Formats: sequence, C-alpha cells, structure tokens
Amino acid sequence: MPVIDRHKADKAGDAIFKGLSFFFALLVIVLMALIFVVLFKESLLSIKAFGFKFIYTSVWDPVAGEFGALPAIWGTIVSSIIAIVIAVPISLGIAIFLTEMAPKGLKGPIGTAIELLASIPSIIYGMWGLFIFAPFLSEYVEPYMVDYLGFIPLFNGAPLGIGMLPAGFILAIMIIPFISSVSRDIFQMVPPILKESGYGVGATKWEVIRKVVLPYTRSGIIGAVILGLGRALGETMAVTFLIGNSHDISIALLDPATSISATLANEFTEAVEDLYLSSLVELGLILFVITFIVLALAKLLIGRFSYKGGKL
Amino acid sequence: MDSQSFHYMRRKFYNLLALSVSVLSAGFGIFFLFWILKDVITFGLPALSGSFFTELPAPPGAEGGGLANAIFGTVLITVIATVIGVPSGILAGTYLSEYGRKSRIASVVRFVSDILVSAPSIVVGVFVYALLVKPFGGFSAIAGAVALSIIMLPVVIRTSEEMLKLVPDSTREAALALGAPHWKVTVHVVYRGALRGITTGVMLAVARVSGETAPLLFTSFNNSFWNFDMSEPTATLTVTIFNYAMGPYEDWHQKAWGGAFLITAIVLCVTLLSRLIVRRKAA
Repeated sequence: MPVIDRHKADKAGDAIFKGLSFFFALLVIVLMALIFVVLFKESLLSIKAFGFKFIYTSVWDPVAGEFGALPAIWGTIVSSIIAIVIAVPISLGIAIFLTEMAPKGLKGPIGTAIELLASIPSIIYGMWGLFIFAPFLSEYVEPYMVDYLGFIPLFNGAPLGIGMLPAGFILAIMIIPFISSVSRDIFQMVPPILKESGYGVGATKWEVIRKVVLPYTRSGIIGAVILGLGRALGETMAVTFLIGNSHDISIALLDPATSISATLANEFTEAVEDLYLSSLVELGLILFVITFIVLALAKLLIGRFSYKGGKL
Repeated sequence: MDSQSFHYMRRKFYNLLALSVSVLSAGFGIFFLFWILKDVITFGLPALSGSFFTELPAPPGAEGGGLANAIFGTVLITVIATVIGVPSGILAGTYLSEYGRKSRIASVVRFVSDILVSAPSIVVGVFVYALLVKPFGGFSAIAGAVALSIIMLPVVIRTSEEMLKLVPDSTREAALALGAPHWKVTVHVVYRGALRGITTGVMLAVARVSGETAPLLFTSFNNSFWNFDMSEPTATLTVTIFNYAMGPYEDWHQKAWGGAFLITAIVLCVTLLSRLIVRRKAA
C-alpha cells in the first residue's frame, strides 16, 4: 500500500535527519575532548622530561634542550591583567552610556562602532601596533612615564614602545567590545520598575546605576569581565607583534616579555627536535586548560542573565 | 551654604563626573577605531595596484610583485572551511533547537560550544598540527581549512540555534498537523523561516575566520608560488601579512599594509552588511 510506504519513508527520513543532527551535536563534545587528548599525548615527552618543573622554571633554551614555561605563563597572565585593568572601567562606561544615556539616534551608530572594533582581525591590531602605536608610545608616552613614574618599578624599563604594557594596552582595546556588549545586554535585563523606584525617591542617574543596576547585575558583570579575560589570555597575533619576545621575566612593564601564544606563534615552525616541539605543545595545553577554566567560570556567572555566548 | 545643599551639590557633581567618564569611554573606543582605520586606509590603499592582485610575490628584497597567490589561498581555504563547518554547524544547531531543546546533552553541547567560541585560536592550530600535519608529513591547505572550520563551527551552531528558536512553535505545529514528517517540517518550514538570520550568522562566521592568522601559521603555512594542490602548503593573506610585517624590507611592509586594507575592508563590509540585514528584519 502506497500510504504505508510513504509513512515508512517519512519515518526513515525522520530517523536519518535526527540521527545526523545528533551526530554533529555530539561531534562538538568529541572535538573538545579530542583537543585535550591530542594535546596531552603530544606533550607527554615534555611532561615526562620536566614534570612540574616545566611550570615553575624559567630557562628556555632550545639549544640545550631545556624548557621552563614560567616566562610565557607569567607574560600571558600579566598582559591579560593589564588588559582587564584598562578595559573594565572603559567597557562599563560604554555599556552605561549605551543603556542609560545615549539619545536614541546615537545608540545604534555608537554601538555598531564599538562592535566593529571586535571585528577587526587581530593581525591588523598587531601590525598597526607595531608600525604606528609602538613608535608613538616610545616617542611621546613612555619616556615621560619613565621620567615621572619611573620610581615605581612597574613603570620602568626600556621605552621601546614594545613590551608587556603596550601588549596589554592593545589587548585592552581588543576586549573592550566583548565586555561592553555583554555588559550592555545584562544592564538591559534590569527590570525598569527597579530603576524607576530609584528615580522615584530622588536618586540621580549615577546613584541608580551605582546602587540599583550594578548590584542587581553583579554576577553577570563579573562574568563579562572574566569572559574578556578569557579572550585576552588566548589572543595571539596582536601580542606577538607587541610583546617583544623575550624569555626574561622583568617586573618593569615597559620591558619586552613573552606570552604562551606569542611563543607558539614565533617558535612552533622552527622547532625541529621532538622535545622542543613537545614543550611547545605543552604550552598550548596549559593555555587551553587555563582558558577553559576561565571561560567555564564566565559562562556560569553570566548564565543567570540568559547569556548568548558572547556574540555581538 | 547649608549642609543640605552642599550634599545636594556633591551628588550632582558625582553624577556629572560619572556620566562624563562614561561619555569619554565611548569616545575612547571610537577614537581607536578611527585611528586604526585611518592608518589602514592611508598606508594600505596606495599599496594596491594591478600587480598586487595579479602577480606572485617578488623574491625577498626585490621590488614589485603582488600577493595574487595569497589572495587566492585565503579564498580557497575559507571556502573549504565553510563547506566543512557550515553544514555541520547548522545540523548541530538544528539538534539543539528542534530535538535536544532542554535535554542534558543539549546543554552540554551549548556549554562546550560557548567555550570553543572563545577558545584560543592558536591552540586550534596546534591541535590540527598534531592531528593532520605531523602524521601526514607536511603543512597543507586542507589542514588550514580544517582549523578554520573548527573555529567556525561553534559560532555557526550557536547562531543557527538562536535563529531557529525564533521560529514560533505554532508554525511547526501547523505543518505537523498537516501530516508532514518532522524532518520535512524542519527543512521546508523552520529553515525557510530562519533563512535570513542563519545566512547572516554564516556570513559573520566566514568573515571572522577569513581574518584569522594564528590557526594557519602551522597548518597551511606559506608558499611563494601558486598552489592548487590541497595537500601542499598554501599562502594566505593573513600569514603573508604576518611574515611581511615582521620582515626587514620596506616593500614588504607596503605589501603587508595592502593586504591589511583588503582583509579589513572585506571583514568590516560583511559585518556592516549583516547588521543592516538584521536591523531591517527587526524593523
């Protein structure tokens, strides 16, 4: 009977389609697991050779075959912290501007402009940083910084325009759009009635933001900041151009440094020996583990505010 | 001045201060956007010429030549990445919105894709190197394309899920009530309703990966010549920009600016265009 045949065909179609879509959904989980497994397997050689010493020693000598990841880990963390310190107040300022202050006609264009910052490829940030921003810093900013703030060890070092601080600054510009767009979305979730009751008792705009909006959205905003941190930790090209690629740890932020991503970008194709390559893969594994934890934390914190995956 | 009006003035002052800071922050972001774009245009536009688009790179140090092979390589690798990443991403997104919905497995998939969206792209490069480059004995265009498709996948999954979810359930029920099987409802009704949104999301994802550098450094690597063989190293615009900008020659730097202009123009245009489409739909 044709009707039954068609019914059968429909059922088969359903099963195939559902199976296919289920397969690709599962693939994502498998992919994530596979990244961990493959990176771990490839770094076994280095893990066996150095053990935990890999994480806390700072000798990076490919010729002698000795590898310690501390300078790279240090650089990754410090440059990301600099980025966060600069980016958070500015991003929150932008989010407040867009949700509470901007006139209707300006909201769209300014929001779009900020989001365009996120779509500029990171290689462009790096190249612009190297050719334009670094010379600018080394001529007009860093000499004065050394002269007037140099008594603080942090703000000392060679005014080359290339180093930890410039890298952190460029990272800040790159993560501002992410933090501000997530914060804006979260600010918009504050029930208007809460804000209105603030205004109703005579609070100023800033008081409403400070005492109603920010406390209500606290965990979401912390999540947005951590999301920005996760982005900064793994950012590669901009940092590679600007951080200076030096495996020395210096407390002076103007000095050249390195990061995990910059070390990978610079040295991976040059690594011919197995141990060298394995050490670089282990660096990648460490970066992946750190960002995984950071991003998972961000997701849990933003989750309450129906987080949309940090999409713009 | 009595203490009450002093208190009032102070509150007004803090209000003004905070609001000015927030205006300045927006100004800060826009300032850097325009500063970067200005330089990319002033240095990049003059570097573009006929030969930039048609000729192979000149030998190191020599003037002239172009980046034709790198432009082609970027297009080739991006297209293959799209062919791999988009269908699988849309299907996974379909599972999340049509079948999995609130199930535990669906929430794990969402969680993992949200993390993959922000995961360091250089690590994806290392992963694909270990998976496809080292065992098969060399850098290849296909390895680069796979790396880009991995970066694209979670973006496509999450946007297609969001877009499919916008199609009202009553539409699905109406089609099901006519006796259409579930898969036909999905393909002919739900996909059609979400077509515009999904297209926009796909465009954004493609634009984003076409500007990626880090995952290509040790997968597709580089090549000074034309390459049409998927198993051979292939030049891309972004990797070429990286090498040329780091290199010692003035002519290379110019070429790098030209490439930077080209890639930025494409990415920004696609981003703006997709925003326009979304806004028109919302209006």
